[in-house]
Amino acid sequence: MSELLQFTFSGLTVGAVYALVALGFTIIYNASGVVNFAQGEFVMLGGMITVFAHAAGAPLPAAAALAVVATAAIGILLNKLAIERARGASVVTLIIITIGASIFLRGAAQLGFDKQLHRFPSFSGDDPIAIAGATILPQSLWMLFGAAVVFAALYLFFTRSLTGKAVLATANNKLAAQLVGIDTDFVMALSFGLSAAIGALAGVLATPITLTSYDAGTALALKGFAAAMLGGMGNPFGALVGGLLVGLIEATTAGYLSSDYKDAAAFVVILAVLFAMPQGLFGKSAQERV
Amino acid sequence: MLSVEGLRSRYGRIEVLHGVDLEVKAGEIVTVIGANGAGKTTLLRCLSGVQPVAAGRIVFRGDDVTRTAGHRRLGAGLAQVPEGRQIFTNLTVEENLRLGAYLFSDDRVDSDMAEAFAMFPVLREKRNQRAGGLSGGQQQMLAMARALMGRPNCLLLDEPSMGLAPILVDQILDVVRNLKSLDVTVLLVEQNAYAALAIADRGYVMETGRVTMSGPAAELIADARIREAYLGV
Repeated sequence: MSELLQFTFSGLTVGAVYALVALGFTIIYNASGVVNFAQGEFVMLGGMITVFAHAAGAPLPAAAALAVVATAAIGILLNKLAIERARGASVVTLIIITIGASIFLRGAAQLGFDKQLHRFPSFSGDDPIAIAGATILPQSLWMLFGAAVVFAALYLFFTRSLTGKAVLATANNKLAAQLVGIDTDFVMALSFGLSAAIGALAGVLATPITLTSYDAGTALALKGFAAAMLGGMGNPFGALVGGLLVGLIEATTAGYLSSDYKDAAAFVVILAVLFAMPQGLFGKSAQERV
Repeated sequence: MLSVEGLRSRYGRIEVLHGVDLEVKAGEIVTVIGANGAGKTTLLRCLSGVQPVAAGRIVFRGDDVTRTAGHRRLGAGLAQVPEGRQIFTNLTVEENLRLGAYLFSDDRVDSDMAEAFAMFPVLREKRNQRAGGLSGGQQQMLAMARALMGRPNCLLLDEPSMGLAPILVDQILDVVRNLKSLDVTVLLVEQNAYAALAIADRGYVMETGRVTMSGPAAELIADARIREAYLGV
C-alpha cells in the first residue's frame, strides 16, 4: 500500500510538469489552432536561464523571475518573427514552423549555454516529507501547487474574462473576430507570451528534481502533447488531468513492471483512449451544423 | 455617412474591383445587387478593412479610413454581418453577443443584449447553447444581433438571405428595414435583387468589379434591363 502511495507521489510530480506543458499547448491551440512544438524548449529555457542567472550571482527567486520574463519575451518574438510573417499560411505550415523554432532554440541553447546537465537548489530544501509510509519531496509539492495555480488562473481567464473569450473567438473565426473589433495580432502575441511563461515556470519548478540541459525540451514536448491529446486538446481541465494521468501511468509502470516500459505504457493507454474517444477525455466533439 | 471613390482591390495579381464609386447617406438603406463573382463581397471586405485596398479612398463619417486596421473600423462605427454568418460556433449564443460588444464594458452592454433578445426571442431561448448548433436562420439572426451589439452607425450586410427559407428571408429583411428606426444606416449586398430593392432607398448594380447602374430603388426595379437580368421577368 505504501508502495502504491510512493508511486502515486512520483507520478503526480512528473505529471505536474506534463500538465504545465500541456496547459502551454492549450493556450496557443485555443488562439490559433496551432500545436506549438517549441513548447518543450520554453520549459528548457526556464530551467537553463535560471541556472545561469543563479550561477552568475542572482538570488534564486530573481533568477527564476528573470527566466520566466525572458522566456515570455522569446515566445512573443517567435510569434512576431516567425508566425506573424507567415500570415495566411495553413495551420500545418505554422506547426512545421514551430518545429523549426524548436530546433533553432535547442541549437541556440547549446551554443549560448553548454551541453552539461544542470540543477539548482530546491526551494524548500531536500528533506523528504513522510506521509503514511511513503515520502514526497518538498519540491514536488511546489510543482503540484504551481500546476494547480496555473490551471485555476487559465480556467478563470478562458471562462470569465472577455480577453479570454477573445482568444477563443480568434481561434474559432479570425475574420469574425476582427469584425467585432478584436486585435487578432495582439491575441496571438498574448498567447505566445503566456504559453512561454507557463513553460518557463514548469522548467523553474522541475529542474531541482529532473535536472535540465539544452535538449531536455524534446521529450517534455512529446509527453505534454500526448497529455493534451489525452485530456482533449484545447481544454485546460483536460490538460491538467491528462498530464497527471500520463505521469501516474509512467510511475506505476516503472514501479510494478520495469522502467523500460514506462514510456510504452503511457503511449499505449493514450492510443487506446484516442481509439475510443478521438476528441480526448474532455474534448468537445467537432460536429457543427452548416 | 460612407463614400467610396475609385476603389480597386486584387487577390494576388488578379484585380477584382476596378474602381468602384459609391455613396451611402445617413439614414439610408442602400443595396448593391449583382451576380455571383461581381465583387460585392470583396467590396464589403475592403470597407471592413479585412481585404487590402490597391487604390482609391474610403471615407466614413468624414474620416479617411482606407488604411485603418480591420479591428478599428467597428470602433469608428462601421459593422459588418459577413457572408456565411461567421458566428463563433464553439461559443454560446450569449458569448457571441458579448463579443459583439467586445469594445465596450459599460452598463449599456446588458441593455443592448436585452434589446437583441427582444428583437430575436429565439436567441434568448438558446442563449446558453453552442452557436454552432443553431439552424441557418437562427445563425443569421445571431450574426445580425452580434453586429448590432457593436453599436454601429452603419451596418454592412453581406447576403443575409443566402440559404434561408423564403419565410425567414422575409423575417430577416423586415429586421433590416426596421434598422432605420434604430438610426442605423444600411449597405445591403444581395443576390436576391428583388427582395433587396423592395426595402432599399437606392441601389447600385455591380458587374465584374464595376458599378454599371445606380439610382433610386423604385427606378431600378422598373428598369427593363434589370428586370431581365436580375429579377427574372
